[in-house]
Amino acid sequence: MKLEELRQIREKVEKQMRLREGQARIKIIVGMGTSGIAAGAREVLKTFLEEVEKRNLTEVIVTQTGEKGLSSKEPIVIVKEQEKPDIVYGSVTPDIAKRIVAEHIVNGNPVSDYVIEIGA
Amino acid sequence: MAKKNTILICNGAACISSGEERIKEKLINKLSEKNLTEEVDIIETGCMGPCQFGPLMIVYPEGSFYIKLNEDKIARIVEEHLLKGRPVKEFTWATPESRRIGEEKKQLPFFEKQFKIVLSNCGRIDPDSIEEYIGTGGYEALGKVINEMTPEQVIDEIYKSGLRGRGGAGFPTGLKWKFAREASGNEKYVICNGDEGDPGAFMDRSICEGDPHAVIEGMEIAGYAIGANQGYIYIRAEYPLAVKRLQNSIQQAKKYGLLGKNIFGSSFNFDIEIRMGAGAFVCGEETALIASVEGKRGMPRPRPPFPANHGLWDKPTIINNVETLANIRHIIIKGSNWFNSIGTEKSKGTKVFALSGKVNNTGLVEVPMGITIKELIFNIGGGIPNNKKFKAVQIGGPSGGCIPENSIDVPVDYESLTNLGVIMGSGGLIVLDEDNCMVNMAKFFLDFTVDESCGQCIPCRAGLRQMYNILNRITRGKGELEDIDRLEKLSNIIKKTSLCGLGQTAPNPILTTLKTFRDEYIEHIVEKKCRAHVCRFEDAEVKDKDEKILKVS
Repeated sequence: MKLEELRQIREKVEKQMRLREGQARIKIIVGMGTSGIAAGAREVLKTFLEEVEKRNLTEVIVTQTGEKGLSSKEPIVIVKEQEKPDIVYGSVTPDIAKRIVAEHIVNGNPVSDYVIEIGA
Repeated sequence: MAKKNTILICNGAACISSGEERIKEKLINKLSEKNLTEEVDIIETGCMGPCQFGPLMIVYPEGSFYIKLNEDKIARIVEEHLLKGRPVKEFTWATPESRRIGEEKKQLPFFEKQFKIVLSNCGRIDPDSIEEYIGTGGYEALGKVINEMTPEQVIDEIYKSGLRGRGGAGFPTGLKWKFAREASGNEKYVICNGDEGDPGAFMDRSICEGDPHAVIEGMEIAGYAIGANQGYIYIRAEYPLAVKRLQNSIQQAKKYGLLGKNIFGSSFNFDIEIRMGAGAFVCGEETALIASVEGKRGMPRPRPPFPANHGLWDKPTIINNVETLANIRHIIIKGSNWFNSIGTEKSKGTKVFALSGKVNNTGLVEVPMGITIKELIFNIGGGIPNNKKFKAVQIGGPSGGCIPENSIDVPVDYESLTNLGVIMGSGGLIVLDEDNCMVNMAKFFLDFTVDESCGQCIPCRAGLRQMYNILNRITRGKGELEDIDRLEKLSNIIKKTSLCGLGQTAPNPILTTLKTFRDEYIEHIVEKKCRAHVCRFEDAEVKDKDEKILKVS
């Protein structure tokens, strides 16, 4: 092995380890309260995980949170990006999840039709 | 599929014995039951530290630190946290305001005063994965020394860092390497001493189990520095998990070309083999260890000549402790100035301790040199359980001594501890409270050293046995006041005339307890009373240790 090869492995694994410890540029958080799950949040979360993997997005983590108190708009998805306001989506379906990844995460344009709140 | 959670489960020996495997199985079953298997990653790590609270696991990205796990707790954690995203706070070791392990570590007194260099990967990476080790900067230091430094520069850097042997004696590591470098001969050896034998010590085991590649990388750098191509890890056979992980790591490193021939494409070759210790305490003594590696009976020989000149197969050899070697890569990467800035004037860096006995947070801790014994026991250790009164702490195992309450402000550094008549030792700290009898404690350690004496020199073989018999009489109410003088006299003779470190230090537990707890000895002799209610005086018959053997000889 050459030193450059070692550094390549290091770079790759370091990134993975940072992600698993929760340090990421973008976090996609799916509301997984009872009403969220009832409204289909599990499928939405799965779709996000698949899309992130498919597109090999190495600076993004997909995670979950409990009830947000907006039952009528479930499934709720929050996109947290460093140095930008949080974007909250409502009534997200697997198809919308795919659009959020393609348009918002990759290209930086929130899918405005489904944005229900823009946080601080 | 990408993962939404990563679970680190502590797979250190303490958590394994408290049921880690059962917990992991339950976790896997429960995840599959809830259809979460694909979304969650499970990684088994080395020791996370707070062994008292095992089995332990951390769930990321939230960083929830779950403690004292059982099957019911796992079921709820999967249901609530992993499925619904609601960490089960009442099962975590968190202060109410903290949610993430990062913040938690700052807020929990157990972590607050710790400083992790050697243990930085323990409990954080999968020790069976070389890639994870590389991900934390592993083998970068080896690459640096081979590509950018001469052996002399490596030795100079280690010398300037102030690193001293962590096996207990505190000899400057750089100097040891320099002697071996300058010794004549083409064939030289590096030995890693993992024969951790002190009762209550598990530092080296935890490092070998939790970050085995760090030990291997340290040995390779040592080999490069002194001009050796072969290393041996001498480790206790009683540490099967550590042996397994080291073996696996050696194979992985060879597969990646980080061990073996032409490392990093250079002309440097280095190979490592494992030798298992057969259970004799004295084999931790370096000359006995060499004999054992050579396939002979593990017996010490007089020094000088020192192993740096006449070691394994009479060739120049360095023997470094596991923890010493695990420091090396950090010093090479971050520099001697960085290492030098941690600790006290003469003791640099950190020390790993195994906290055990009568203390709330038992476990594995790493602290900067210079921290006081008091902080170690009362801040990190969380004090004494059940509102009992602190009595003393035994440091350095059977070769060390006890530090009583009026001296616990002593800083942890080689010189301050030596001035107290105790030693740094390898890192065992056994906390004693008012329910421990100091005479009986001294007898316990002497019982150990009598059994472990190799029998070669008379002071150790016969002298320790006589001391044990005297202590045995005292703890049975058959002692006389002159016995105290006899103990002191024997101690001083044995310390001065024994061949190796075992005999030279074995009287320390008796001498230090005689110094500060003499009244307890006198109480046993005169009043036939044990204030801790440990010793029993009703038995009329007191037998000497191994009476039959004594009569035959």
